Amino acid sequence: MEIKRGIPVSPGIAIGPALILDPEGVRVPQRLVEACQVQEEVHRLRSALAAAARDARSSQQKVDHQLGRQFGAIFAAHAVLLEDATLEQEIVDLILKQHHAAEYAVSQVVRRAIKRFSDFGEQHFMASRVADLRDIERSILYHLSNQRRESLRHLRQQAIVLAHDLTPSETAELDPTFVQGFATESGGRTSHTAIMAGALQIPAVVGIGPFLDDLAGGDLVIVDGNDGLLIIAPDPHTLARYQAARSELISLASQQHSQLRDLPACTRDGVEITLLGNIEFPHESQNCIERGAVGVGLYRTEFLYLGRQTDPSEEEHFEAYKDVIHTMGAKRPIVIRTLDLGADKFPPNRVSQYPERNPFLGLRSVRFCLRNLTLFKTQLRAILRASAFGNVRVMFPMVSTLLELRQCKMLLAEVKEDLDEEGIPFDRDLQVGTMIEVPSAAIMADQLAREVDFFSIGTNDLVQYTLAADRSNEQVASLYSAADPAVLKLIQQVVQAANRQHIEVNVCGEMSADPIFTLLLLGMGLRTLSITPHNIPVVKKVIRSVSLTDAERTAQEALQLETARDVTNFLREQTRRLVPDVLH
Amino acid sequence: MQAQPLIERVTIANPQGLHLRPATILAITAQKFVSDIWLIASGQRINGKSLWELISLGAACGTELIVEVVGSDAPLALAAVVDILSTASPEEDMDSLSPG
Repeated sequence: MEIKRGIPVSPGIAIGPALILDPEGVRVPQRLVEACQVQEEVHRLRSALAAAARDARSSQQKVDHQLGRQFGAIFAAHAVLLEDATLEQEIVDLILKQHHAAEYAVSQVVRRAIKRFSDFGEQHFMASRVADLRDIERSILYHLSNQRRESLRHLRQQAIVLAHDLTPSETAELDPTFVQGFATESGGRTSHTAIMAGALQIPAVVGIGPFLDDLAGGDLVIVDGNDGLLIIAPDPHTLARYQAARSELISLASQQHSQLRDLPACTRDGVEITLLGNIEFPHESQNCIERGAVGVGLYRTEFLYLGRQTDPSEEEHFEAYKDVIHTMGAKRPIVIRTLDLGADKFPPNRVSQYPERNPFLGLRSVRFCLRNLTLFKTQLRAILRASAFGNVRVMFPMVSTLLELRQCKMLLAEVKEDLDEEGIPFDRDLQVGTMIEVPSAAIMADQLAREVDFFSIGTNDLVQYTLAADRSNEQVASLYSAADPAVLKLIQQVVQAANRQHIEVNVCGEMSADPIFTLLLLGMGLRTLSITPHNIPVVKKVIRSVSLTDAERTAQEALQLETARDVTNFLREQTRRLVPDVLH
Repeated sequence: MQAQPLIERVTIANPQGLHLRPATILAITAQKFVSDIWLIASGQRINGKSLWELISLGAACGTELIVEVVGSDAPLALAAVVDILSTASPEEDMDSLSPG
C-alpha cells in the first residue's frame, strides 16, 4: 500500500481499477512494451506515420493555395520524410529489438537525428532544420496519442483515471458514466481536471507529484477527494474503512440535497439570489435540476469541437442545445457560450496554424472565431435556431475590446438576416452577453455595458490575466488567487458599471462556487451566481445563513485589505463565524 | 543476372549544399526509378531514395559524391540524379513537389 498526498479539488471517495493516461507532449518517458505487444506497436507506428503524412500533404495543399508553392514545399518535404522507408525502419528496429513503445522509439530516432544535425555545427545549413524534425516528431506523437484516446473512448468498465495532467480534449472523450474519479500529478484548484471533476461530480485529487511510475494499469486505487489522498493498492483494512465511509457519504449527500433543493436561495433579510449552473455536457443539465439551479448560466460548448477531425455541423450544435432546453424546460434561462478554445487545441489539418510562443495571449476563443467565420456562424445559427425553443442567451468569451464585441454582434445580426430570409424562426430579442475575463474588458466595463444585455465575470481567466500568472505552473501558482485585491477591485468596477447601465451581471468562474467567497460577492452587489452544480447546495446554505447587511459589511472590510492572504483569512473567519459547519 | 553499376562522380553545385529542399527533390526524383540509387561520400553509402538518409549526410556545396545506379533504367536515373546535384538551384522546379 502506498499513500500519496495532493490537492483535493472535488470531494467524495472513489474505489476502483486504475486507468493510466500517458503524459502528453514530447516529453515521452522511457517505456517498454511486453514482447507480445511488439507487433501491435509496429502497427500503431505505421498508421500514425501514414496519418501524419496525410496531414502534411493537406497542409501543403492549403499553403500552396494560400501563400504559393515555395511555401508549401516545406510540407512536401515533411510528407516525404514521414513516408521514408529508412526512417520507418529505424523506428521499427527499436520497437522490435529494444521493445520500446512506439512513442519512445519515435522520440529516440528523431533525437538521434537532431543530435547529428547539431554535430554539423551551428553554422551548418542543416542546423536550422532541427525545427522541421521536431515538427515531424510532434505530428507522429500526436497521432499516436490520438490512437490511445480512441481506446479511451471505448472505455467500457468503471475506472479511476490517472494522468500527469488531463487535457480538455482527453476529458471530452471520456465517457463520464465509466469514470469514477481522477488523480493527476500536476494541476491546481482551477485546472481543467478540477473543473471537469466538479462538473461530473466525481472525486478528484490533483498536484500529487510523480506517481505514475509506481503503479500499473488495473491496480486497485482509492481517490479520497475529501482529504486529498491517492491510495495505491490499499491493504484490506484500509479498503474496508473506505468502503464504509463511501456508503455513508452517499446517503448523507442525497439527504442534504433533497432538503436544500426546493428551498429558495434567500438571505436572512429576504434578498433573493439567482443560482445558475455551469455545464460542460448536455446531460449535466440534469444535475442542475437536481441541485436546484434555476437555469444554466454557462453552457460551455467546447466538447462539440474536441477530439474529432471535422468541425461540428449546425445540426450537431442544434441537437446539443435542444437537449439542454429539453431538460431545463422552455422557461429557465440557458446561457450558451460560443467556442472558447485556442487554435492550439485543434488538429493542424483543421485550422491554419502558426506556432504561438504564448498561446494564452494568442489566437484563442472569440479571436479565433472571428478569424474562422464559417465555424463561428455555424454555431451562431444553431444558437439562434435553438432560441425559438427556449430561453436561450448567447455569450461571447474573452472579449478584450469594444471592437471585438461589435464584430460579434454584427455577425450575429448577419446570421439573423440569413435566417429571416430562409423563414427559420428564432428569438428576435435573444439576449447577448459578454464574458468579462480580460482586464481590458473589466476596465472598459462602462462602455461594454452599453452594448450588451448582461455580463458574466469569468474569474479563472480574469485572475490569470490580471496577475499574469499561469495557474497550472507550480512555480507561480501561488500568485494566482481570486482573493487578490487587484482582482476584487476589477470585479467591483464591473459590478458597478453593470448597475449603472441596468444590465445583469453574474460571476461564473470557480470563485462563485467556493463558499468562502459567497459573502463577499453578495456584499459587492452580485445577485446572480453561476456555479458548477455540485457546489450549489453549499453556496445556497451560506446564502440562507447570512443577511445582506453581514455581506456588505464583510465586502467593505475585505476591500480595504492589501494582500490576497489577508483577504482569504478574513473571509474564512467571517464565513466560519456566520455559517459554522460549511467550511472544512 | 546482376547488372553492372553505372558510376559517376559529381560535385554539389547548390550554394547552400544538399539542404532540405534539393534533397526532397532528389529523393522524389529517385523514387520514380526502379533502379537502386546510391550516393557515396565521406565513407557513407546513402540510399538516394531516402530523404531521411540524404539530410543526415549534410553535404555542403563543393562536396564530391559518387553516384552509383543499378537497374533496368539506370542510365536515365543516373542522368536525372546527376542533373539535380550539379544544378545550382533545383528548387525552381516546384512542380516535382506536388503530390502524386
